[in-house]
Amino acid sequence: MKFVAVIRQVPDGESRLKVQGGRVDLSGATLILDQMDEYAVEEALRLKEKHGGEAIVVGFGPERTEEAIRTALAMGMDRGVHVVHEGYADPVAVAEALAPVLKEEVPTLVLTGGQQADWDSQALGAALAEALGVPVVAWTTALELEGETARAKHDLDEGAEWVRVPLPAVFTTQQGLNEPRYPTLPGIMRAKKKEIKKVAFQGTAKVEVLEESIQEKARLGKILDGKDPVAAAEELVRLLREEAKVI
Amino acid sequence: MILVVLDHDGSKLRKASLEALTRARKLAEALGARVAGVLLAEGPAPVEEARGYVETLYVAEPGPYTAERWAAGVLEAAKGGARAVLAPSSRQSRAYLGRVAYALRAGLLEDTLDSWAEGGQVYATRYAYLNRVTQKVRSALPAVLTVKPNTTPLAEPLGGQGEAVALSLPPVPTLEVLERVQEEKRGVSLTEADVVVTGGRGLGGAEAFQKVEELALLLGGAVGATRAVVDAGWRPYAEQVGQTGKTVQPSLYIALGVSGAVQHLSGMNKSKFIVAVNKDPEAPIFKHADYGIVGDVHQVLPSLIQAVKRLKD
Ligand SMILES: Cc1cc2nc3c(=O)[nH]c(=O)nc-3n(C[C@H](O)[C@H](O)[C@H](O)COP(=O)(O)OP(=O)(O)OC[C@H]3O[C@@H](n4cnc5c(N)ncnc54)[C@H](O)[C@@H]3O)c2cc1C
Repeated sequence: MKFVAVIRQVPDGESRLKVQGGRVDLSGATLILDQMDEYAVEEALRLKEKHGGEAIVVGFGPERTEEAIRTALAMGMDRGVHVVHEGYADPVAVAEALAPVLKEEVPTLVLTGGQQADWDSQALGAALAEALGVPVVAWTTALELEGETARAKHDLDEGAEWVRVPLPAVFTTQQGLNEPRYPTLPGIMRAKKKEIKKVAFQGTAKVEVLEESIQEKARLGKILDGKDPVAAAEELVRLLREEAKVI
Repeated sequence: MILVVLDHDGSKLRKASLEALTRARKLAEALGARVAGVLLAEGPAPVEEARGYVETLYVAEPGPYTAERWAAGVLEAAKGGARAVLAPSSRQSRAYLGRVAYALRAGLLEDTLDSWAEGGQVYATRYAYLNRVTQKVRSALPAVLTVKPNTTPLAEPLGGQGEAVALSLPPVPTLEVLERVQEEKRGVSLTEADVVVTGGRGLGGAEAFQKVEELALLLGGAVGATRAVVDAGWRPYAEQVGQTGKTVQPSLYIALGVSGAVQHLSGMNKSKFIVAVNKDPEAPIFKHADYGIVGDVHQVLPSLIQAVKRLKD
């Protein structure tokens, strides 16, 4: 069996973002393996531990993405493939570039994060499923293999559902599916020797980002002391009524 | 043709569909195209209502929802020559429109705040970086767009009845639904509420949410929850606000015992006014708050309820 996790490297949500010349500049940001993709890596590892076979990490992005691939290898993935591309790429172009790599691997299933923490796209899983001609289970919170099929639970707009899906299939992952492990020191040492195959990007960009700006709404920051809760509550309600005019 | 996926609840069109129609008409005008609709999903579809908004309406037989069947239905309707496909942003649409975009090799513009056409290309604005950045993006045709709810005025009916065309869906390999876990709907819908009162782990347990509900009811709002609260089983997932939950943009967002993690903020940081109650003056939520009270939520919340009640009397 072969379990593939598709990952990207993104800025840590806590790090400050800058904009230079109308584009986000990540030079000062801490870059990490996308936390949503971490759940995909963890799930691939658990499936391999339970059912045997191979766990492969496929990374998409600029040269620096190799760091995130190494993190996944240090968590325990067996080998990596890196599709190298600088800058923004829309989900259809990414899926075009990843499809030949995935088809060559012939995976039992493919996992990837439900949302990208930089481009906020939630479409890569569905686009990959279409490229491979297989079903997709979006926002998975439980996953078990049952022979040629998988049983999975996933979130809907309201509520959730249990489904059975023929394999291969694509699953998008999120918080709740598992608790990702930390890379261990021996894991980090071993990861240095694991293979990462480099593949050139082949896809056609469909969407172009023209301009980016940071829109952090300036907040009033009027913080009251709650030692006297009754007085603080009265004052808050007065402000919401008279100043903000929202109640 | 500009094709709009018309979401409905089994009896009438959802508001978000009427927003998508407004956007579609704007694109259709700039591109010299007509607007067609497609009705999918289970339950009796509001065919007559939908025909009032479009010149052509594709209607698929009702069936269980899966991303594959939705994609097949939209693609079947798009064969009429769709230059753009629009749909409301929702979990469902996110699962099938990625397929549609790939099949059409189209530019996919997700969660758009606004969109327009110029020189035969489609432009849109949208958020990125966990809702911290606004992007202006451009796609050639064909393009697939999702419309973020509550961004666009609702379309008015055209005054006629469009032609209805039956669609039959080709068989597609798909998943089989074994069991639906429906969550009961309580009160005002979270994403449409003008006031949202959210409880975090600081509330200490499920019982404390009775008071959160009481405050929400008094303000005519909805109850929200953090992931930590949902994971603890105190509240249903349908109430979760954040990156893996719902995005809300009310006039007033009240966060009680919420730390203010980035993944939570991304679901609510566009709210008009944010209020925080937290016992820790260093909690990150205060950096994002317009008003706040540093104090124990178990003391402040009952006082808040009393103060609002006095105001209403
Ligand atoms: C990929 C990913 C996706 C995620 N998606 C989401 C999401 O969609 N939504 C979401 O909410 N989170 C999400 N999270 C989780 C997020 O990172 C936080 O863990 C979560 O939001 C914390 O919830 P909380 O603020 O209720 O709890 P905590 O972080 O535990 O904070 C509790 C707060 O309550 C305060 N407090 C404690 N006692 C009292 C008291 N008596 N009175 C007043 N204040 C008190 C504390 O000072 C603290 O600030 C996601 C995480 C990841 C990695």
